This record gives sequence, structure tokens and C-alpha cells, in this order.
Amino acid sequence: MARKTPEINSSSMADIAFLLLIFFLVTTTMDVDTGIYKKLPPIPEEQPDEAPKVKQRNVLSILVNRNNELLVNGEVLSISQLRDKTKEFFLNPTNSQTLPEKALKNVPYFGDVMVSKGLISLQNDRGTRYETYIRVQDELAAASRELKDEKAMQKWGKKYAELNEDEQSAVRKYIPVQISEAEPRNTGGK
Amino acid sequence: MSKFRKDGKKDLPAISTASLPDIVFMLLFFFMVATTMREVDLNVDIMVPAAKEVTKLEKKDLVSNIYVGVPMRKFAKTHGSEPRIQLNDQFSTVEDIQAFIASERESRKEELRNKLTTSLKVDQYTKMGIITDIKQELRKASSLKLNYSTRETAE
Repeated sequence: MARKTPEINSSSMADIAFLLLIFFLVTTTMDVDTGIYKKLPPIPEEQPDEAPKVKQRNVLSILVNRNNELLVNGEVLSISQLRDKTKEFFLNPTNSQTLPEKALKNVPYFGDVMVSKGLISLQNDRGTRYETYIRVQDELAAASRELKDEKAMQKWGKKYAELNEDEQSAVRKYIPVQISEAEPRNTGGK
Repeated sequence: MSKFRKDGKKDLPAISTASLPDIVFMLLFFFMVATTMREVDLNVDIMVPAAKEVTKLEKKDLVSNIYVGVPMRKFAKTHGSEPRIQLNDQFSTVEDIQAFIASERESRKEELRNKLTTSLKVDQYTKMGIITDIKQELRKASSLKLNYSTRETAE
């Protein structure tokens, strides 16, 4: 009969595991990266001779100055008012002459609907604070999401985020929220 | 003839620690799965702004980070107190961004190169001037996917 091998002492196993544990605790992070996703426009190949003509009523121009104040279509607003202003701009419920035109368009699932021709133009100063810029972006994103949720609720009784790929792209066609960011100006000096 | 046993007559059996390694290993595996490796040491102070409409950044290996903020106090003497850009472990200037993006692309597999996202981790009190410059450089490097890193806050 073979000799019994003595049992390996495993009392130091805990120490080894603790060491590893502490190593991983120190060298890793747990935070999940969250953020606002944006796509930058590519640099045009050739400079267009003139800026594309857009009617003034179709543009929501947002200017942010170096004191972090907002001027929306010539009107001083606070950031908290921006969301409702944006929603009103895209919906144009009363078909007002000063708010954007609508065009008849065929959108899958919805059929022939009136789609707003509105466009947001955002311009900030070089002295604007980053926090303000993010808050403006956030409010615009919130307005866009609320509009999309509204349409999705009407049609499917679900929120926009719960729709499938096709349905989402249909809603996006119905509510095209375009934000164009102009090159910043150094209006107020450094 | 006391009913009580005298102390020390019988030793308490030692608590078995045989399951301790198992417990610790369980913790270890939890942390290994739930966390990611820290890539760089920050040289700048960053407190990212808060926002509500945030999306989670998927696929951390396809993200390259650009940090902007005021240099930490230990670097204040050498690098001043104006917001600076940090790429990898070094203080950099706007001109370095194109080279940085190129090297980030180079280190990824070929089929993943156009899926790279740039994450801007910027301190909330930074002025927009420097960020606009960065965005311009990113456009020149045709790295168009951008993520403004923010904290998530409740509505």
C-alpha cells in the first residue's frame, strides 16, 4: 500500500486570496462611464460658397454668452425655460407664423404626417462655462426625448426607449431634432 | 458537588477557518468582474458636470479619454493654474491631439478602428474655448464620435 501523502496545509490560502483581493481593490475602478453622446460634423471637403439658406422662422438660435446667459431667438431665457421653448418650437401647435413651417412627409408606421422643418442653432462664446454648455445640451436632449416619448406613447403606448429599432427610426423621422453648432465667437473678449 | 463546571477544564473548540479562503475568493471574483482596470493617474482635478439625459458608455476598450482640468496642486508650480489637457499620463497641448488619436487608432484592431469613441472628461468650471479647440482637432483627425462625460442626476 502506497504511503499516504500528508495533507497540504491550506491555512495560508486565505492570506494569498486576501492579497489578491487587496491588489484588485486598489488597481481597479468601479465607476461606470456615463455621458452625453454627440456626433461631430465632418469637416466639409470644400468650403461652400455661402451658408445654406434657411428661413428665419425655421431656426431656433440659442446664444450663450461668457456670463452663461441665454439668448433664445432674441429673448433672454433661463436654462430651465429652454425645454418648453424647444418643445413649442418643434410642435408649433397653433401653426403660428413665427414658428417653423411643417412639410407633409410619409413616415413609416405613421403615414402622411406634418413634419417640422425646425433647426436648432447653438452658439457659445469661448468664455462660456462648460457646465452651462452641458446643461443646455441636456435640456435640448430632454426636450427631444419628451417629444419622441409623446409620439411613441400615442402610437404604441410605450416609451421611445422601449421601441424596437424600426419604430425608433420612424419616430426619429417624425421628430427630427437637428442641432447645428456654429463655430464659437469671441464676442466678449478673453 | 457544584453544578457548574470549572473554567479551563474543557477548551472551546477553535472556530474552523477552512471556509475563509472560499469567502475571500468569492469577494475577489466579485471585484474582478465588477470593476475595470484604472488606466491612467490623473494629473488634473476633474469634477464632471451633472446631466439627466445620459447614456452609458459601452465597450470601454473602444474609448479613448481626454482629460481637461486645472492641474493638481503638486503640479501647480510647473504647469500653472489654468485648465490643461491631459492625454495618457502627460500634460499636452491642443496640437498633440491628432497624434494621440492616431496612436489610439494604431493600438486597436483594424476592424474596430472606426468604432473608437472619444470621451471628454472635463471639469465643470472650464471655459468652452479650450473645448472648442479640442473639438476642432478631433474633427480634423476625423474622430467624430464624442462623449461628454457627465455624472447622472435624478430628474
